[in-house]
Amino acid sequence: MVKFERFTLDNGLRVLIHEDPATPMAVVNVLYDVGARDEHPDRTGFAHLFEHLMFGGSVNIPSYDSPSQAVGAQNNAFTSNDITNYYISLPAVNLETAFWLESDRMLGLAFSEKSLDVQRNVVCEEFKQRYLNQPYGDVWLRLRPLAYHVHPYQWATIGKELSHIENARMEDVKAFFEKHYGPENAILVVAGQVTTDTVKQLAEKWFGPIQPRGKYTRQLPAEPEQQEARRETVYANVPLSSLYVAFHGPGRCDQGYYAMDLISDLLSRGTSSRLYRGLVKERQLFSEINAYHTGSIDGSLFVVEGKPLPGTTMEEAEQAIWEELHRLAGEQVSVYELDKVKNRIESTLVFSEMALLEKAMNLAYFELLGDAENLNRELARFSNVSTQDIQQQAIRLFRKEISSTLIYLSDAHA
Amino acid sequence: MLDRTQPPSFLSVTQLELIKPAAVTLSNGLNVFVFDAGDQDMVRVEWVFDHLFHHEDEMLLNTGTCELIPEGTHSLTSAQIAELVDFHGAFLIPEPGYDQSTLTLFSLNKHLDELLPLVKDLLTDAIFPDKELATYVRNNKQKLQVSLQKNSFVARRLFNRSLFGSVRYGFVPEVSDYDGLTRDRLTTLFRRQYTPSNCTLIVSGKVTPQVIDSLERLFGSGWQVSEKPVPETPMPERTPPNGVLKVEVRDGALQSAVRMGCVSIRRSHPDFPGLQVLNTVFGGYFGSRLMTNIREDKGYTYGISSGIVSLKYSAFFTLASEVGVDVTAATLGEIEREMDTLRQEPMSSEELAVVKNYMMGSLLGSLENVFSHADKFKNVYFSGLGLDYYDRYTSVINSITPDEIQQLAKRYLNYDQMVKVVVGKMD
Repeated sequence: MVKFERFTLDNGLRVLIHEDPATPMAVVNVLYDVGARDEHPDRTGFAHLFEHLMFGGSVNIPSYDSPSQAVGAQNNAFTSNDITNYYISLPAVNLETAFWLESDRMLGLAFSEKSLDVQRNVVCEEFKQRYLNQPYGDVWLRLRPLAYHVHPYQWATIGKELSHIENARMEDVKAFFEKHYGPENAILVVAGQVTTDTVKQLAEKWFGPIQPRGKYTRQLPAEPEQQEARRETVYANVPLSSLYVAFHGPGRCDQGYYAMDLISDLLSRGTSSRLYRGLVKERQLFSEINAYHTGSIDGSLFVVEGKPLPGTTMEEAEQAIWEELHRLAGEQVSVYELDKVKNRIESTLVFSEMALLEKAMNLAYFELLGDAENLNRELARFSNVSTQDIQQQAIRLFRKEISSTLIYLSDAHA
Repeated sequence: MLDRTQPPSFLSVTQLELIKPAAVTLSNGLNVFVFDAGDQDMVRVEWVFDHLFHHEDEMLLNTGTCELIPEGTHSLTSAQIAELVDFHGAFLIPEPGYDQSTLTLFSLNKHLDELLPLVKDLLTDAIFPDKELATYVRNNKQKLQVSLQKNSFVARRLFNRSLFGSVRYGFVPEVSDYDGLTRDRLTTLFRRQYTPSNCTLIVSGKVTPQVIDSLERLFGSGWQVSEKPVPETPMPERTPPNGVLKVEVRDGALQSAVRMGCVSIRRSHPDFPGLQVLNTVFGGYFGSRLMTNIREDKGYTYGISSGIVSLKYSAFFTLASEVGVDVTAATLGEIEREMDTLRQEPMSSEELAVVKNYMMGSLLGSLENVFSHADKFKNVYFSGLGLDYYDRYTSVINSITPDEIQQLAKRYLNYDQMVKVVVGKMD
């Protein structure tokens, strides 16, 4: 149970407070309601590049990091297809420094050319390190455009290609800031050894004077229901062949999300899970196999990925995966097996309540989804999923006509 | 009118409160350290076993033994064990390290009665079934082939081997080495090493008297081994290697993995806390000299960092980065320049003040929950030190001067003596 208070400033900034007197620390988490899905198709990777620029100095503070480090803080940020999230964790006695830093970069950035030059390079190196210079690193650069033809989920947060980042201009940076980084597009969470009164006072003092810049209304094209199975085969310089099957599934707030999440657990969470037990241990067809989903807001991709052993043909591998998926659609899972994955959800939730930053991030994310109070209803929502729900969701999910299959064939075995 | 150019006033953290463990000795002599705190009904139990090397090439054997323990006993199959752990929402994690192997159980209190007897069964009766061993070997060979295509992985291996030769910490497995994992060798190592006299128990979370009772019943009076443990063979002395540059060319590489470092001092050395401060200045945080220059000024890399690893018989300093192939040589030049600057010029007291506050703040922040307190204890305990190490550590952070940092740099940061590994391309 994560208790919190919340209020909204006149400029539209939503503020949530979670008091946790057991820690000497405080966390200030700022979630901006913008992600890679809000980018122009010819300027992808921009939300993430922009996240880097948020550390390049603001209108009154030349450097974000130095004063942060000087008060013993640690900070970072991440960008997803849906959101951009910034956090700073510091000794609670220095809480006001976090308000000073975070409010100034919401007020205005320094827009330094030097920072843009350097961060373009840094992000290009990140692109190479994570996506291009790794075996299978470009999976998501291929899988997303295969599964999505219309919705901006068709590109990864890093962007479609290096040139989009190389071509980013200062005027794009300024326009992006105006459009997405105003107070009405943000959620501020303050957690730790703090009091609601102090936070109210500090929020009014530092964020209150920021003028609203207009709420961004998202109008993204919906992905039409996929009608035909898609596949792509890549011959690549990878040591082992690899297989990815992706399905369109419910979004984070949709009916069916919880059943889908439990299905991924049934398939591959823990060493007793169906895919690991069946296909790695018993039938010995794969060296590794996993099922997971993106949990995105405008619909998820549910992915099964595996590396077949050298003696397994790709056809056998695919068929074996489909057999396991059809088994979930064909016969109801037992109450015992469903309880098993629910028990793991319970302990994971308890565990996450021992981490201050995770609590703060979760509050911000659930508030974005509609109501932070729903964080405390998660366990009940998982508990309410029945064996019938699992079967119904599996039937909807595991259909050839909504699947996209990506195959890496190793040059070594070609 | 609010003046946003002026930072709010702040306080420096100068000390921290560490939870001291309650020490309990079970009736068979097994030492238990208990950290009882926290509101959640959750417990972490760690069974830590020292590696008792008889031969210097036993690192992979240790890894395999630890990871295969949950794969079967006389009474339970691999599948049954996995089912028991998963059904109770628990995590049972084998964690082989350089000097110890640990089996860690995370569980809600309400499931401990089912899970502690399971761990007892594993630790006293693991049988390493042939079928599970074959699966393990097959799958790990596959994984290793993938890892060997990652430049950073290859660079780390070359570095470790250059630093320690074929002696234990330098041993890096080839694909064929997995064939040497036989049931006989695993069983022999298991019997020799997984004994109460070679075990330390660390228990943290909501540790009720019932938990302690269960531990005594299962791992105290219920765990007797008559055989005397065969002591380990200490690691032979080895002359640290001279500075050398090794380049492994990878055709088509977009980035080079850079790794360098040298043999260094252990945690018990009086200079160690000061060296931690120097390391933070050099490459240990986002504002470090390396990050500021090579990422934030030059844009050569997504990240570059350094650290010190303290082991039982040795220690090493290391830094790692992945940089564009066209700027690999330039990066090495900048690293050398940053080391030389620290050796030749005292740092400003302003920069040192930032580092001190950063280190104290992150130390405080690293004590997030009761498990983190137990982790701090393990760091010192397995270095043969007590928690008072942290008093010395924080006192050094608070009092160290620019002059002392420079002296430490002269002693421990010598570019010419570093082993340098580049995997990728360098013109």
